[in-house]
Amino acid sequence: MTTTVAAAAVGTATRAGVEVRLENLQRRYAGVTALDGLSLTMAPGELVALLGPSGCGKTTALRLVAGLEQADSGRVVVGGEDVTGQPTNKRDVGMVFQAYSLFPHLTAWQNVAFGLQMRKVDARQRRQRAGEMLELVGLSGFADRFAHQLSGGQQQRVALARALAIQPKVLLLDEPLSALDAKVRARLRDEIRRVQLEVGITTLFVSHDQEEALAIADRVGVMHSGRIEQLGPPTTIYSRPATPFVAEFVGLTNRLPGVVRGGEVDVRGSRLPLVQPDTADGPAIALVRPEAVSVASGGETAAAPLVGTVIATAFLGATSRVTIDLGDITVLAQLPTSEATALPAGTRVRIAIRADPVLISRDEAAPERA
Amino acid sequence: MIAAGNPDVKTARRPREGGRRFPLHWVGALPFLIYVALFLLLPTAIVVVGAFVGKAGPSLSNITDLNQQFVLNAFVSSLLISTASAVVGAVTGALLAYAVATGNPRGVLRRVVSSACGVLAQFGGVTLAFAFIATIGSVGFIRLWLQERGLDIYANGVWLTELPGLVLVYTYFQIPLMVLVFLPALDGIRPQWREATESLGGGTWHYWRYVAGPLLAPAFLGATLLLFANAFSAYATAAALISQGNPIVPIAISNFLTSETGRNNPGLAQALALGMVVIVAIVMTLYALLQRRTSRWLR
Repeated sequence: MTTTVAAAAVGTATRAGVEVRLENLQRRYAGVTALDGLSLTMAPGELVALLGPSGCGKTTALRLVAGLEQADSGRVVVGGEDVTGQPTNKRDVGMVFQAYSLFPHLTAWQNVAFGLQMRKVDARQRRQRAGEMLELVGLSGFADRFAHQLSGGQQQRVALARALAIQPKVLLLDEPLSALDAKVRARLRDEIRRVQLEVGITTLFVSHDQEEALAIADRVGVMHSGRIEQLGPPTTIYSRPATPFVAEFVGLTNRLPGVVRGGEVDVRGSRLPLVQPDTADGPAIALVRPEAVSVASGGETAAAPLVGTVIATAFLGATSRVTIDLGDITVLAQLPTSEATALPAGTRVRIAIRADPVLISRDEAAPERA
Repeated sequence: MIAAGNPDVKTARRPREGGRRFPLHWVGALPFLIYVALFLLLPTAIVVVGAFVGKAGPSLSNITDLNQQFVLNAFVSSLLISTASAVVGAVTGALLAYAVATGNPRGVLRRVVSSACGVLAQFGGVTLAFAFIATIGSVGFIRLWLQERGLDIYANGVWLTELPGLVLVYTYFQIPLMVLVFLPALDGIRPQWREATESLGGGTWHYWRYVAGPLLAPAFLGATLLLFANAFSAYATAAALISQGNPIVPIAISNFLTSETGRNNPGLAQALALGMVVIVAIVMTLYALLQRRTSRWLR
């Protein structure tokens, strides 16, 4: 495989990733707390995505690692070395920005070679290594093009090659896909992951797009108000959210009114176990994933006591999302498209909620969604 | 969509004359285009033709008359004044524009400087000359105030009405013009470029040497050329300050057109004007080329 050859040739494959630790980072701006004691340990070669709504502090965390901002307190430790006080150009980090970060007066290979020039690598080696890095990201035929002659996706791949060319200890990706259209975004996301695995570099990826973060990361840290609310593998984050915020921010969630009694929540006759059984009794909002809702046409039965009317169906490909009106609330159900097509708008249906452990919320305010 | 054979589909009626319709959006530009034709293109054509017409018909005598010492001196002086005022205006204006660009985008400095420059870049002629005469002229209040304190700025002669004085006065409108022209280029510099430079191991020097400098250089040179053309073609301010001789080309042209002492020579005036047209055309072509490059980089 050519990319493997390229990675080996530039020496990046042999350079093992290093551990990165963010220890109790605090950062305030004019009275606003951006980071409130953020701690995170990244294993060598791991890709961690920080996911959260705007203003949650994820970009601040990344900029503190890069040295583009200074923490009020706390430490950044890279490969066992405390780099908290070091300027950006001494930290040995590679960074890919949201967009428009290529130097427009330089060609693709000159951009990639820029960091090597800063390190006084001789011209012949610079040209050679830049060519290898462009090959790694699949752009060897575009070496002499300027930024304005490249598409948005190609520009970001050049930016990735430029960041990796200096063989940094850490790769920082600041929403590198946010300015791209959906199709290019999905393709480049996979491309970034492939290169990251190939090079084996420890990577911090910041995004407000949950699909992107869940798809690319080894672990996802969901951030809220300057702290990591939950850190774990994508499947855990999605299927076992630790807090109501995570449940509502990651994926779609039905908010169904119910009553907590004896470690269960009663939602209109359906008794659902709680993630935290020691929750006090009383009214609550049960947070239920659409895929935990099953739908069948026809009237009420003992197994499916809730009856409603289909009011909309959104086609998502293999699955469809069906919106059902229960009279005072609407419920989302995610079904195989083959089943959903049998339930056109206006169909009377009965629904059942799978008895998975659920989280409850007693705060009516929904979190901000990006 | 093919409508033939489908009685339910109505097709749009073709224009009666069958020809192309006049693009109406051009109507708004017509008054301006007529104005430019009458007061720029027509005079230029008259100058070009007149430069090649002698007393007895078509001739190169006006062009060959340009090769006289006082004419060459006028061109050299014009070029020197324009270059000096353009360089001083460009450097000072660029520093001011940088201060504005790096400050608060909604701050007082930006609002004040932008508004003031919009007005002052158009300030010139008798009004500007009078402002300088009243302040640092031979009986200007600043000159007298300094003189009372033992500092005579005219100890070696009244330079305000000579070429150095023109450079100083021209700088007054050159600096604001530079700010107006150069500020958009500075605004086009993205903070990510500095951060990218730093993350790649570069410092402030590397950023200016390899990134911001090369990116801004075409815009800076282009703006300097614009300032040069601006000064080269200025007439009213110089005419108000200097009443004797033919120190610069615009005044020489005026003298050859209006002299009542036997030096009237419209043909030579047109040849001088043609020389100015050629120089300004070259400068503006270079400006346009540099501007094109800048707009591609600093969008």
